[in-house]
Amino acid sequence: MRIVLNGAWREVAGNSADAAGAVSGNAAATLDGADTLDFAAGATLQALLCELGFGVTVATAVNGEFVPQGARARRVVREGDRIEVLSPMQGG
Amino acid sequence: MFKLYDVELSSRLLLGTARYPSPSIMAEAVRAAGAAVVTVSLRREAGGERAGQGFWSLVRSLGVRVLPNTAGCHTVKEAVTTAHMARELFETAWIKLEVIGEDDTLQPDVIGLLEAARVLVQEGFQVLPYCTEDLVVADRLLSAGCGVLMPWGAPIGSGRGLNNPFGLRALRAHFPQVPLIVDAGIGTPSHAAAAMELGFDGVLINTAVAQARQPAAMARAFAQAVEAGRAAYLAGPIPARDLAVPSTPLIGKAFLG
Repeated sequence: MRIVLNGAWREVAGNSADAAGAVSGNAAATLDGADTLDFAAGATLQALLCELGFGVTVATAVNGEFVPQGARARRVVREGDRIEVLSPMQGG
Repeated sequence: MFKLYDVELSSRLLLGTARYPSPSIMAEAVRAAGAAVVTVSLRREAGGERAGQGFWSLVRSLGVRVLPNTAGCHTVKEAVTTAHMARELFETAWIKLEVIGEDDTLQPDVIGLLEAARVLVQEGFQVLPYCTEDLVVADRLLSAGCGVLMPWGAPIGSGRGLNNPFGLRALRAHFPQVPLIVDAGIGTPSHAAAAMELGFDGVLINTAVAQARQPAAMARAFAQAVEAGRAAYLAGPIPARDLAVPSTPLIGKAFLG
């Protein structure tokens, strides 16, 4: 399964043997310079953020739609999802 | 008394947080400006970096109110989604709404801006739209529920000052009760003073301070200019004329020729 995370393609290796909602293993191989995540089928946005080491100070959107913090644990990551993870930054 | 959306603010100088040589110089400039509001934004960050968290901690330590922006958004959808993300992250309903329509000038797409403003007001945001001095657009933004307008002085980062003082004066005259802040294009303290002398309620400065040789010193100079300009506006400047009027009385002048 492939997703787009902050504008870069990521190969997400689904593993249907794992329990749904969990992420197993760390970033492993690379594809076109991007990390491949060993990622369980049915894993959520919340699990993905944990796996990638994001802190609590982020806001998320999937396919252009805002996903509030409280909804991340319910949002299952699907093939082709465009995921944006944004942090506070300097601005004018 | 200076209020934005019923929040009383101690300074009419709003400051951006971008383009400083370092975070500590940015913090120094905010303090030197005496700013009560700073603008912030949202950007992508790699997992584990935590740069955004560090920046946010620094801003919070300054004890100022934040005004998140939707900088870089070119569509209504992008701007609306960014606004939602900003509201969650920065815990404020304020949003400096930018919908950019043209890349060379970063001119607002006022049609998209109005559409996005309508959506966001309906969703409970307090919208501060980055707009032009167009009276009709301003009127529509106010009808959509915007409680503040932020017309540009000149293109963002250009330092040109007030490109259209006539248009800005007309905007002030048409909407005497609406808080108006000149946002973008101001290069020097004299530009800021000129905006304040026109009766604008505040100015938002970023590049002119951040890129100055000494940002904190420039922030202080802007603060003085904003105060001077406001005081001059309240004192009632004389209208400009084309012909001279002698200031020394002619009555009683001796005939010595």
